[in-house]
Parts: sequence; structure tokens; C-alpha cells
Amino acid sequence: METTAVQKYTFKDFASDQEVRWCPGCDDYVILRSMQKALPEMGVKREDVVFISGIGCSSRFPYYMNTYGMHTIHGRAPGIASGVKLANPNLSVWVMTGDGDSMAIGGNHFIHVLRRNIDLNIVLFNNEIYGLTKGQFSPTSLVGQKTKSSPYGNTQPPFIPGELALGAGARFFARVGGNVPKDITQILIEAHQFKGTSLIEVLQNCVIFNDGCFNNITDKDVKEDKQIFLEHGKPMIFGKNRDKGLILNKLKLEVVTIGENGITQEDLLVHDAKEKDPTLHQMLVRLEYPVATGIIRSFNDVTFEEREDALTKQVKANSKFKKTDDLFFSGETYTVK
Amino acid sequence: MISDKVKLQPEVVEAVVIRFVGDSGDGMQLTGTQFSDTSAMFGNDIATFPNYPSEIRAPQGSLYGVSGFQVHIGSVEVSTPGDNLDLLVAMNPAGLKTNLHALKPGHTIIVDSDAFSKKNLEKAQYETNPLEDGSLENYRVIQVDMTSLTKEALKNVEGLDNKSITRSKNMFALGMVYWMYGRSKDYTIDFFNKKFKLKPHLIEANTKVLNAGYFFAETLELIPNAYTISPAKMRSGTYRIIMGNTATAWGFLAAAEKSGLELFLGSYPITPATDILHELVKHKHFGVKAFQAEDEIAGIASAIGASFAGDLAITTTSGPGLALKGEALGLAMIMELPLVVVNVQRGGPSTGLPTKTEQSDLLQAMYGRNGESPVIVIAASTPANCFQYAYEAAKLTLEHMTPVILLTDGYIANGSAPWKIKSVDDLPDIKPKISKYTSENWHPYDRDENTLARNWAIPGTAGLEHRIGGLEKDSITGNVSQNPENHQKMTEIRAEKIKRVQNYIPDIKTEFAETGDLLVIGWGGTYGSLHSAVKQINEEGYKNIGFAHFNYINPLPKNTREILTKFKKIIVCELNNGQFAKILKINFNGFEFLQFNKIQGLPFGNNELIGEFKKLVD
Repeated sequence: METTAVQKYTFKDFASDQEVRWCPGCDDYVILRSMQKALPEMGVKREDVVFISGIGCSSRFPYYMNTYGMHTIHGRAPGIASGVKLANPNLSVWVMTGDGDSMAIGGNHFIHVLRRNIDLNIVLFNNEIYGLTKGQFSPTSLVGQKTKSSPYGNTQPPFIPGELALGAGARFFARVGGNVPKDITQILIEAHQFKGTSLIEVLQNCVIFNDGCFNNITDKDVKEDKQIFLEHGKPMIFGKNRDKGLILNKLKLEVVTIGENGITQEDLLVHDAKEKDPTLHQMLVRLEYPVATGIIRSFNDVTFEEREDALTKQVKANSKFKKTDDLFFSGETYTVK
Repeated sequence: MISDKVKLQPEVVEAVVIRFVGDSGDGMQLTGTQFSDTSAMFGNDIATFPNYPSEIRAPQGSLYGVSGFQVHIGSVEVSTPGDNLDLLVAMNPAGLKTNLHALKPGHTIIVDSDAFSKKNLEKAQYETNPLEDGSLENYRVIQVDMTSLTKEALKNVEGLDNKSITRSKNMFALGMVYWMYGRSKDYTIDFFNKKFKLKPHLIEANTKVLNAGYFFAETLELIPNAYTISPAKMRSGTYRIIMGNTATAWGFLAAAEKSGLELFLGSYPITPATDILHELVKHKHFGVKAFQAEDEIAGIASAIGASFAGDLAITTTSGPGLALKGEALGLAMIMELPLVVVNVQRGGPSTGLPTKTEQSDLLQAMYGRNGESPVIVIAASTPANCFQYAYEAAKLTLEHMTPVILLTDGYIANGSAPWKIKSVDDLPDIKPKISKYTSENWHPYDRDENTLARNWAIPGTAGLEHRIGGLEKDSITGNVSQNPENHQKMTEIRAEKIKRVQNYIPDIKTEFAETGDLLVIGWGGTYGSLHSAVKQINEEGYKNIGFAHFNYINPLPKNTREILTKFKKIIVCELNNGQFAKILKINFNGFEFLQFNKIQGLPFGNNELIGEFKKLVD
């Protein structure tokens, strides 16, 4: 992506003329506005941005962006986006997806795109419910959750998206509340800058079918006590009074209070998002209290297209075939007079 | 030992059909390929057909582990791998048992008599040894202790284990057949020199065994060099032997170069289509992006993405894979993006007969998607013209902005034949519908007034930012539209767009007779079988039997009705239960379409076709 001579955009330049049709009060509006604010900061030309989505509420996203976009079929956006990026690595390619789209019907593509590490950005709108089909449980719904397709309570244990993603080899994983546009904007910019597949899970409230599902984590009055917002190189500290932190006790993360039992800030773990070994990142994404947010993992690795490009250059340099005719007339041919 | 129950008459023949059979590890495919390539270099026309089991290595000696390779060589035009055999080379009892029925009475069998052990006979379910019980007395049987003679030939070669010694006995058989048909060994010896460059002892061993077989046949004066097959009269030009799947891959290479686009393949391995992937991954020097995806759906999905981003995008598969791709193909269709889906058909339904041929995906190709979703459907009909139709599929998809399904099948995909090499300069132009920014008034669904193709606006082009997708779109603005009249209008436009392709494809021609008693209709990979059967029956004195073979299925050629009216009877011959006949019935009222259907995983035989045609005209 060329960063020179890009005209200065404002968020309005990225809004399409289409009326936004999500339910009033939906966090999707926050994500849309955060994206429109993040794009001018990325230094990328509007014509080089492509949004690809599957099916679901979140997947209407491309229609609202004044960029290139494709609203495709259920679960397949990672495959389609991979094709876009491989055809033209100069593009900034975004996959907009939901918990059902990415982890139920599209589960196979989701894990493989993370494994390959193509330079794509995936924004996962996790609302722990199916919205567009009007309220069935999703692969992230909780056990016991009552939905239209589980009137007596859900009996299927959920995925933790970060756990699944890191298990599939994700190099970049971030989690963020759906009600903090500033944080979302910042994380989108960093995901764009990251070379490789980046996955951003947004804890997105569905006002109609699962209202308040993240209130105990994301509400303004609890979020500082219930979340730990991780920053690379900084101690793992949280709480309204900045007095809580995380240490490693044997094989478990443990919450401690600074000033109690002789604990000082020096005893706390320091977040290393760039560490290759994902063990600690896995522990962080599984943590129920506090819920880890921010960029949890950001490990720089060779991308799929860099590997392909290097091979192609090598083959081209060593090949005697410059045009297809060279191939067609090569080897065993014979002439009939 | 040679049985002389059958008197051999020295003869000069126009064409012979030879089949090499043995265990799946006996190297029969290699033996057959060497023989056919050598014959092509000699100037014969050839057609080949490999027949192998779906197991990679079935239990040794078993009936279902038999692998075969058939080659038809001629001094005249050869259009099929042949029907009945002139020579059967059987490396074991199981091979003999499963293939004897195809040999013409009085013709020759060469067997490795060493392989006719008690154990192998049992595995082949022979109660008595057919070499001894008189059951082969209607044939000329040449028994050769091939395994022992191979060992003998190699006794002074160092560095060979027992397994490699036994495995080279196929070269003994090949040497014998080279001598019988007056072929040079040079091509195969060159092949050894290249293949085993770093293993000189294998060059020595294989060459020795090939020579041993050749001289053994010469020494056995009982085998007269009876068959001389002169070079065929072929059109002048430079040729090479090509397999159908390779020809398909190369057709796309040529189309990419001609159109100035990069070629993207998204694919998932599936028999018998995988060789197209194997071929295209080699060609990074032309910038080919061949992407092996996690499944069939991701294969087509990645191709759709690449197409949106401006590549010539294709996906390759076989029947079950096409079923999986159906939804995504509908998406490409409603988004009106260029995309070629190659379906190398195999026996179905479900997993069916993966290594056998059939034409039973035609209706799936036509209708296997939700909603009203017509696409262009074309079919290649010979191994060599897979090149032409792959090129044509690319041209049609890029110029008409709609997906194209290219049907081939296991028979022509794995078969090989001489291909008169096409230089890219001599191929028709391909003009993709790429838009450049012109005015504010641009819309993604602006159409060419003749073809109705929409224009192709590629990401990276400033001013043409737009959104497309699987939801119905307004016919003018391209925005999402639920408007009832608009949906009907768009449905009709997409159908009309396919229909108008008729103006850009050639008329159907009848061969042998333009009018008469019987019109034989075929499509796709049965061209060779049907052509040679109709040719033969006309040569036998039936002068008024015509033949029309379809490569364009959707839309059908404009003049199709016209040719139907010229014949008293029409018979549609297909390797399925009558799928093309159904399409003709839907399209053309007032005709009776008789059917000849074969669903055995095998191509048509000449005799069964001629028998059927005679019943209709006698």
C-alpha cells in the first residue's frame, strides 16, 4: 500500500450514499463510525480498500463504505478475501464477519485463513447470538442461554474466539468492547499496519436478541474493574484505582492487589504481544476475570504472499519459459510435412 | 512358448489396438505412454486411454488391482483409444482374466508366464491355469518367462535390489512390442537417460531389459514382423502428444497471455481433475497463481475474489466438487463476474466411480444452483481440443461477464492424442470488459448493448469504487433492490445475456450426411467413439447417417432446430441416462429423440453403437 501522495481524507469520504439499516442502538454503528475514522489515518487510497463480508447483520457493512466491496455468501468471506489479496497484494482487504458467519458455517475457512497468514484484516462482530435469523444460539452463546432455538437453555458449549484463533495459528489477535470507538479506531489502525492476518474481536451488543450480554464487562462503571486493557511492553495492571494486576502462579494467571502481601508493580507480568510462543496469550484470552482486551498477540511472521512472491521471483529468474509459446514448443515435438 | 493353434497371417494393417495390463504397481501406465509416444514420433495418429483402479496400491495380484493402458495407433485418422484389441499384454493372471473379453478372436496375447503361479492364479480366481487348460485356444498365446529373463539380463548390473529388478520387467514387454511393430527403441532410451540422469545404474538396467525384450522377440522367429503401420496422413505442422488435462491447463495459460491478465486458479484436489492443478502450479514463470484451498468452496471463493480483483480466475473440480461450489457459482452469476469452472466429470452419484468416466453432470452444470441462475456451459470433446475449449471458456467469460462451466470427463482428461500446437499469436483476440473512470455517471451495471455484459471495474481504479453482492441489485444504480419489477427485469437480463452468446458461437455442423434416415447426436467426450462408429457404418454402405456433435450446450447453436429437421430419426447417445436428450426435448418440440445410454463408467464401444444404429435404419 502506497503511503505517499495520498490525499487527506475525512471520515465522510468513506461513507457511502446508502442508508444504514441496522437496529437503532446497535454497536454496529460504533464499529462503522470507528472504521470510517480509522481509514483516513491509515494513509491508504480509497480505491485500494476492499471490504468483503459474508452473511449476517455485520455483513451489510460493505454497503455502507464508499470503497470497493463485496457482500458474499455465508461463511465464505475469508476465501473470497484471500483471492482478492492474492490477485492484488497492493490492496487493503478487510473481512467483516460475525460469530455465526466465521465460526459456524465458515469455521473451516476461518481457521485456514489464520493458519496461512495472508495479509488480511478480519473484524469479528461477536454478539453471541444469531441476529439476522432472529435469535438462535450461535457458536459463542453460553451454556444455558435461552434463545429461539434453545427455549430451555443452550446445551452446546461455546468457542472462545481468541482461543480458537490462537489455536489455528493467528499472529494478531485483539479484543475490544463495542462501546469504545476510540479503542476500536486505534486497534483497526494497528491491525492495518500489521503484516499478516489480523483478527479483531469486537464484543458487540445486539440490542434486540441479546441485549446487555456484555454489560458486566463493558459498561462504563464496571469496565475498568472487569477488563484488563493490554499494551505491549507495559505491566498487566487494571482496576479503577490501578491497583490490581496479573502474576503467573505456577501454571495459572492470578489476580493480585498491589500493596497486599508485599506485591509491588515490579512483580506484575509485563505484556509481550510480540512473543512467538502463544502460551501466555492463550491464558489471557481464556481469562474470565478480568477479561483481556487490547492487542493480545501481534507476532511478526512471514506472510503467505511474501513466500509466494519469493518463489515466483526465483522460478521466473531460473525459467527458460518467458511466453507460453516457449512451453508449447518445448520438449518432445515432431513435425508433419 | 507359442501356441500355434491359431495360424498367424502376416498382414499390413491401418490401425491396431494394444492394451498393456498388470498389477497397479507393474508400471503399465509408463509402458503404454512410452509406446504411444514412440508411435507418435514415428508419425502415427494415436489415441490412448489409461484405466486404473481407485485404490493407490490394491493388493497385489487381485482382480480389482489391475491397471491398464490402451493405445490405438494408426496410419489413418484415429479418433478413439479403440474398441476390440489386436494385442493384449498381460503381466499377471488377474490382468488376463479381466481383459481377455476385449481381445479379438484369433489375436495375440503376450503373458509373463512366471507370474502364473498357483498363488496368483488363486488371487485371480482361476481354478485351472488358463495357459494349460485349453481355454485360450482361440487366441495366439505367446508365453514368455519375463521375470526370469529380466533377472538374467540384469545379473551383471550392480546396485540393484530384487524389487527394482522385478519392476523393470515391463520394459521387457515393451521391447518385445517395439520389435513386433517395427518401432525404434531410441525414444525410450533417451527417456531413461533423462529420467535417471543421477542414477546411471538404472539407465543401464532399463536399457538392458528393453534390449533383451526386443532381441528376444527378434530371435523367436515364430513371431513374424507382421504388422506394419505406416505414418498417418496428418495435416502439416508441429505436433506434440498431449493429455486432456494438460491441454485444458495450457488453454488457460494461452488465454491469460492473450488477454493480458494474470491467471488465478483456486482449487482443491479431486480425481480426475487434479492434474490441471498439478500442471498449473508449475507455471509460476508466467505469473500463474495456483492456490490449493482448504476445500472446494474455498477453491471457488478464492477464484471469485481474484476475479473481482481483475485476474482471469478459474476453479477446477469433478462432480461432487461442483455440487459444493453451487452456491458460490450462483454468487458469481448474480455479481456477473468472469469465472471458469472446469468439471472433469466422473462416474456418479455421490462418490460414485471416481476413476471412471461418465457424462452425468450435465444437468447439474445446467441447473445445479438455487434461483434462476443460467450460466454458459460448453464441453470439450477430445484430449487435444480441451485446449481450444479452455481458451474459448476464458474468452466467453471475459467478454460476456458471466461464469462459464467447461465440462470434460475422465476419458478425455486422462487420454492423450497428438495436438497440432497453436501459437498464441494465431489464437483469436480476447477483449476483457475492463472499465476506466470516464464520468460521474458511471454505474457497475452499465451494459454493452450487444452482449449485455456489464463492465468490470477493478479495485485500485480511482472513481469506480462500488459494492456488489449476492442480494438483487437495481438494474441501473447497482444498489440493493427489493423492487419486484426490478427483480423480474434483472432475471430476464441475465437470461437474455446467456441467450445472446448464440451470436458469438459457431453453428452446429453435421458430418457424413446433411440429410437422411438417421442423425446421431452426441456431446462432449464421446466424439471419438461416435465419429468412428458413424464413419464405419457409412463406409459399410449406409450412406445417409449423419452425425452432429455438440460442444456448446448453453446456449445451443442457433441452427440446431434446422439440422434436426433434416433427418427421419434422431438418436442421442450419452454416457448417462439421457440428460442431453432432456435438454433437447425442452428446447425443441415436435421431434422424437431416441436415446442410447451407457452408464458403466466406460466409453462407448464401436460395435455396440453400430449395432444400435443398424437396428434403427435396417
